[in-house]
Amino acid sequence: MIVYASLIAMTMVGLALLLNLYRLLRGPDPIDRILALDTMTTNVVGIVLIGGVLFNTALNFEIALLIALVGFISTVAFCKYLMRGDLIE
Amino acid sequence: MLLSAIVILPFAAALLIPVIARAGAGASLCLGGLSTVMALVALLAQAPLVFQDGLVVERHAWVPKAGLDLAFFVDPLGLLMAGLILVIGLLVMIYARFYFGPKEAFGRFMARLALFQGSMLGIVIADNLLLLVIFWEMTSLSSFLLIGYWSHRADSRRGARNALVITSAGGLALLASALLIGHVAGTFQLTTILGQPDVVAQSALYLPILILVLFGCFTKSAQLPFQFWLPGAMAAPTPVSAYLHSATMVKAGLFLMARLWPILAGSEAWFLIVTTVGLLTMVVGAWIAIFKTDLKAILAYSTVSHLGMIAMLLGLGTKLAAVAAIFHLLNHALFKAALFLSAGIVEHETGTRDINRLGGLWRAMPITATLSTLAALAMAGVPLLNGFLSKEMMLEAAVHADYLGVAWLVPLLATVGSAFSVLYAFRFVGRVFFMGSGRPPGELAHDPGPGLWLPVACLIIPVVAIGVMPGLVAQDLVAQAGSAIIGEDPPVFELAIWHGWTQAFQLTLVAMVAGLLGLWVLRWLERLHAGLWHPSGEQIFGKLLDAGSCVVAWLTGRLQNGSLQFYLAVFCLTGLALGITAFWGGDLSAGTRPLMPLSPLGIIGWLVVLAASGFAVVAHQNRLLALIAAGLAGLMVALAFVAFSAPDLALTQLSVEVVTVVLLLLALNYLPKTTPRLRPLRRFGVNAPIALLAGAGVGAALYALLRRDVNSISAFYTAMALPAGGGANVVNVILVDFRGYDTLGEITVLAIAALVIYSLLQSALRGAAARRLTEWPSSAQAGDSHPLLLVVLTRLLLPMALLVGLYIFLRGHQAPGGGFIAGLIVGIALILQYMASGYAWASRRLPTDYHGLVAVGVLVALLTGSVAMLVGRPFLTGGFMHLHLPYLGSIELASATAFDLGVFLTVVGVVLLVLAGLSRMARLAEPSGETGPLTIALDRGENQPHRRTEDVGHAPIFGSSFARDAADPTAKEPD
Repeated sequence: MIVYASLIAMTMVGLALLLNLYRLLRGPDPIDRILALDTMTTNVVGIVLIGGVLFNTALNFEIALLIALVGFISTVAFCKYLMRGDLIE
Repeated sequence: MLLSAIVILPFAAALLIPVIARAGAGASLCLGGLSTVMALVALLAQAPLVFQDGLVVERHAWVPKAGLDLAFFVDPLGLLMAGLILVIGLLVMIYARFYFGPKEAFGRFMARLALFQGSMLGIVIADNLLLLVIFWEMTSLSSFLLIGYWSHRADSRRGARNALVITSAGGLALLASALLIGHVAGTFQLTTILGQPDVVAQSALYLPILILVLFGCFTKSAQLPFQFWLPGAMAAPTPVSAYLHSATMVKAGLFLMARLWPILAGSEAWFLIVTTVGLLTMVVGAWIAIFKTDLKAILAYSTVSHLGMIAMLLGLGTKLAAVAAIFHLLNHALFKAALFLSAGIVEHETGTRDINRLGGLWRAMPITATLSTLAALAMAGVPLLNGFLSKEMMLEAAVHADYLGVAWLVPLLATVGSAFSVLYAFRFVGRVFFMGSGRPPGELAHDPGPGLWLPVACLIIPVVAIGVMPGLVAQDLVAQAGSAIIGEDPPVFELAIWHGWTQAFQLTLVAMVAGLLGLWVLRWLERLHAGLWHPSGEQIFGKLLDAGSCVVAWLTGRLQNGSLQFYLAVFCLTGLALGITAFWGGDLSAGTRPLMPLSPLGIIGWLVVLAASGFAVVAHQNRLLALIAAGLAGLMVALAFVAFSAPDLALTQLSVEVVTVVLLLLALNYLPKTTPRLRPLRRFGVNAPIALLAGAGVGAALYALLRRDVNSISAFYTAMALPAGGGANVVNVILVDFRGYDTLGEITVLAIAALVIYSLLQSALRGAAARRLTEWPSSAQAGDSHPLLLVVLTRLLLPMALLVGLYIFLRGHQAPGGGFIAGLIVGIALILQYMASGYAWASRRLPTDYHGLVAVGVLVALLTGSVAMLVGRPFLTGGFMHLHLPYLGSIELASATAFDLGVFLTVVGVVLLVLAGLSRMARLAEPSGETGPLTIALDRGENQPHRRTEDVGHAPIFGSSFARDAADPTAKEPD
């Protein structure tokens, strides 16, 4: 049962990935694209976690933790760049 | 052991002098002098043995496979040369101590001089041709450093560069000749090669060897047409000119010709080349010396002339001529060093070297005048001084020389050269000391202290002693050295003042009279000379160099024209050509591995990567969008790594991605936001097929590779990781143990790259770039510089991120992780603090010496590797053990962990070093405002404009982080 549930969940997140991709390609603002990239990072965290459930590996949870830990920093950097120009003031 | 000590002592001094240089000039002199005296004692201890057996040899293996040994031998020739180098070296060191003013960096000078001394000693006692070439190059380098000692002067730099280019070109030729000789003789052992002279002389390669050796020797000994570097080298301090450019280094070429005399001399080619070049150099050099007005220029050209004369003697190929050559080499070293040192005294006391401004100095400086006059008379060849004897011997040898059937040519030119040298010698002392008003520019000129004139006197004593009692003082030494050159007993000769009314004596008289008559008609000669064409070797050489750089610049411009499309096209075409060649003869059948099933997620990931790449192509002109596309591609690649069970790679990819985005965005602020427009699709018809073909080729190659079972080394690594490396994480074991050498190299490259980035950015902080930066249009500024939410969040995140970093680092050997990833994570955590709370805040709380961190990282890795050497294993051999601790269980201690620590520190240091460099630029462009992190608007309304925003006053929102601020005394420091 859990296998089917995971597979379905994974495909759904995958679809979310595609929808985000559309926003990223389409824009029109840089902010839209950055937000799309950030959401895609979150999607990837989801996929990795579901993969961990599916294949029963603890390792995936660590990777997910790391993506969550460092992934948002790119977004912060992009936003700071757009707002202030200068990342480190 | 004694022989290698002779060479090692000066090198040791060269290393130690900079350490003690702060103790003053006296300390440097003591150390340099001590090493010289000790080397001299070691040399003299060998002397009885040398004179008895003719040879003392010492050998240590160095790189046996290349035929390179640390082999030394001393024969009478080497003894004579080494003695000259050490004795004159000692005198020059003492002289230099008093020559340099108190403000000069005397320690630096002494260190370079000692370096030269060691290299020069190496040349004269090396018993291995390759070793000799190494020392030869080292003399070129140390001579470069010494000529350029006053590096603020343009003529010093030019002279140093010319000398280096010319002599190291010769050094290359010499290396080639050494390899050829080694090939012909089957050994690089000089003693063996000299013992079988016919092997080289009769080989088919004799002529190439001869030409290469002579090219090396002529450049080093300033023979035509390479003579111009020597006068250029006169920009060096006078002690250097005396030591290197008259007494020792320029003799290295002649020494080598003498050393290889048994195997090279005697042929027609040798005679023609060496005699012709030597004669021409002798006459031309002497002719130019007559008309120079700079004291050192006169001496430089006279040195060129004398070197030519010695070369000519070696070229004649007769045994007596070879003996005369070595005798004159000794004499010239003595009187010319004395003359240079005297010229230095004159300059030191009067402040000028121009003989037109000098005159009548003998009243003011009687001691210097006496010593200089004696040396100059020796140079002119006046009886009762040593120059007379060797010049008469030279003329004697010349009388018997037969130049292509013309018997009178060599004696005539030799006599003309001698006459010229009489002329310039008399002109030199006459104009400086005797003629003229006696009112030199420095009216207060007087004899210097004994520190300056005593070394000169020490050189004059043997000049006179040899001149008066040649049989007693020099006969044995010259005979022995001569036999060492010739390889057998020398012809009977007698050093005496009176040989009878010989032809040589008559020619000496003729030269003397002609020279004195020349003084009479000097004005007329000067007019004649002014009317002649005088090409400047230096200018011609400069033009040649310029032309060379033009060609190279043209070639580079064609190959590296700055068009990335062009590079990419060349790269792809080369790859295609190689690939097609490989495909042609290869196995074109489909692979045997079954295809894997396609998962829906796989298709989605594939689509996203494709879209990201396509987006990058379409939007590449907008740099921000390109960066977003790159970020997306990186994310998906990381996901692919997870899917294909490569967690290490996934972690690395993610962290690298973040660091890249942050650093690129930092730089992007100071770059145009769009790339320059490419020539729109002009070569589309050419480029598109290339791109498509290359892409298809790579795809096909990958497909072919993945469908096959390829035998690779991975299976071995996987099997050996745990038993041999003590780690379950194969990737990490490979990185820090199996291929530790590669990793060491990589972190070193990383460290170098970071330093280069830092120094490039540093130079952008000055000059035109800095002006552009300060006028940089301020970009849109919205919102807070330090948003409260971000600041609070990142501070809470810091300890967690550090903990994760530590965890990833420690478990790296067994599970995914390791120093590289941990370093990136910690680096990111620290970058985040900079971004959120600002540079000023973060740098006050972090150690800012990232250079040191990088260095420590590389050193830790190096030291870990060296520990293995201490226990007798090869460099970087790993070791591990298991510790059983209560509560903590089994802990594995691997040397690899320490190595990994080095990697970790390097990565953290590199990331932060680059970040610091980039943000320095930012602060130049936009000087930071008053606001710090957690500035609360309340503050701005109060009458405390300069109050530090992090004051404890408005602390109580977040206990933990503010408590730290309060405890941190630096937080309240006024800027």
